[in-house]
Amino acid sequence: MSTHVVADTRALLGRSLRHILRSPDTIITTAITPIAMLLLFVYVFGAAIDSGDGKYVNYLLPGILLITVASGIAYTSYRLFLDLQGGIFERFLSMPIARSAALWGHVLTSLVANAISVVLVVLVALLMGFRSGAGILAWLAVAGILVLFTLALTWLAVIAGLAAKSPDGAGGFAYPIIFLPFISSAFVPTDGMPGPVRWFAENQPVTSIVNTLRHLLGEQPVGDDAWLALAWCAGLLVLAYALAMRAYRRRFA
Amino acid sequence: MSNETTPTERQEPAIRVAGVTKAFGDVPVLRGVDLEVAPGSIFALLGSNGAGKTTLIRILATLLKADAGTASVQGHDVATRPDRVRESFSLTGQFAAVDEILTGRENLVLVGRLRHLPDPGRVADDLLARFSLTDAGGRRAATYSGGMRRRLDIAMSLIGDPPVIFLDEPTTGLDPQARIEVWQAVRDLAASGTTVLLTTQYLEEAEELADRIAILHEGRIVVEGTLAELTALLPPAKVEYVEKQPTLEEIFLALVGTTTATAGN
Repeated sequence: MSTHVVADTRALLGRSLRHILRSPDTIITTAITPIAMLLLFVYVFGAAIDSGDGKYVNYLLPGILLITVASGIAYTSYRLFLDLQGGIFERFLSMPIARSAALWGHVLTSLVANAISVVLVVLVALLMGFRSGAGILAWLAVAGILVLFTLALTWLAVIAGLAAKSPDGAGGFAYPIIFLPFISSAFVPTDGMPGPVRWFAENQPVTSIVNTLRHLLGEQPVGDDAWLALAWCAGLLVLAYALAMRAYRRRFA
Repeated sequence: MSNETTPTERQEPAIRVAGVTKAFGDVPVLRGVDLEVAPGSIFALLGSNGAGKTTLIRILATLLKADAGTASVQGHDVATRPDRVRESFSLTGQFAAVDEILTGRENLVLVGRLRHLPDPGRVADDLLARFSLTDAGGRRAATYSGGMRRRLDIAMSLIGDPPVIFLDEPTTGLDPQARIEVWQAVRDLAASGTTVLLTTQYLEEAEELADRIAILHEGRIVVEGTLAELTALLPPAKVEYVEKQPTLEEIFLALVGTTTATAGN
């Protein structure tokens, strides 16, 4: 059966991509909140925020990109939940297809949809004056980290989709993740935060990921943050994947 | 419990279930089910809601593991060779499992690709024609009526010509016309040699379609046989004169007109 993994995944990926093409609103709504935040923070609060040298939009963009991904993955749980509820998932699983393809179709779709949303947000940021002199390698590194981050969160979304009892529940788990960047170095430097908050902000995954992206885009050495960011993303990915597969096997023995 | 005594056919059964039990938590759903379905026949599993029909179908469809007992489809054991079993059957579940965002044709092509057929497009077009869906093939399944959706659902199950088809309550929630369309599709299937195991809560449906009928009650098969054998279990019929009123279904169909352009071809 495993010989069909690629063909089956491609067939199911094509299916979910059609869903996105036919309801592009999911990509727009994914991008619209981060864009609104970008506008709000750059043009309203930005003047009051001391983010050091350089333009605030350059400082802000990495965190906004993580928020974009965090809001985009809610659609993965939602789509997975609808498949499970409608019975089409059981139809797939009762066919001689690779068992993993049914999930990978959704996971890869999440990558594509989030990539489009991220590009939209970056384009808006460019219009707002975001500039980066980063070379192609730095941009590839940025893309790589975002892909890893998206994969990790998407597998979390798979767990939520498998466990959800209602469509609202399927999407709702993403809110805490969307909120996480606020208590990090994404919007303001952590220096000014009171002790315990600062400790949390500096030791949660978003800060190291944001710092890494910021340094890559700002043509600065990434330092230890890069390793920390990779470790967080990879660790989260492995954990989420393992839990998702366990939930999947438990549900479909 | 009546045992199978089919003198006409002594072939290997297409579906064999022996001593299957299943409980969800402390609630026993199946308490030792035995049944055999002969190849090419229509077998109806009759039972009220909660009798365990769907649970049995899900076990046969490799979606659920039995607690005890064995089950096989086309000679392949569902527990040890689920991959071979999945190549041998197709499932039409209780709710039409079609992708509403895709068109009817795209649904069929998708299943064709997942069954690794060389030319899914041609198979899709053939099935659209066979189920009178050619005109609707380019429309999203979300726009289909209940009957069309069910026909598309069954058409999707036929892709790859599986020798066995499970139909779980194929006509629940359908209007009378759509039900007749589905019945016709099931008869055509059996005529072409496919083994059909269907569950239903409508006695009439079992009477209409099935070669053999089993009644599943509280997790056990309480009786199994042909319609004639089941009828013989009750005292012989008395002849009574009854003024025959048309059934509401007959009235409905007479008024609406059985436009069964859809059913035959």
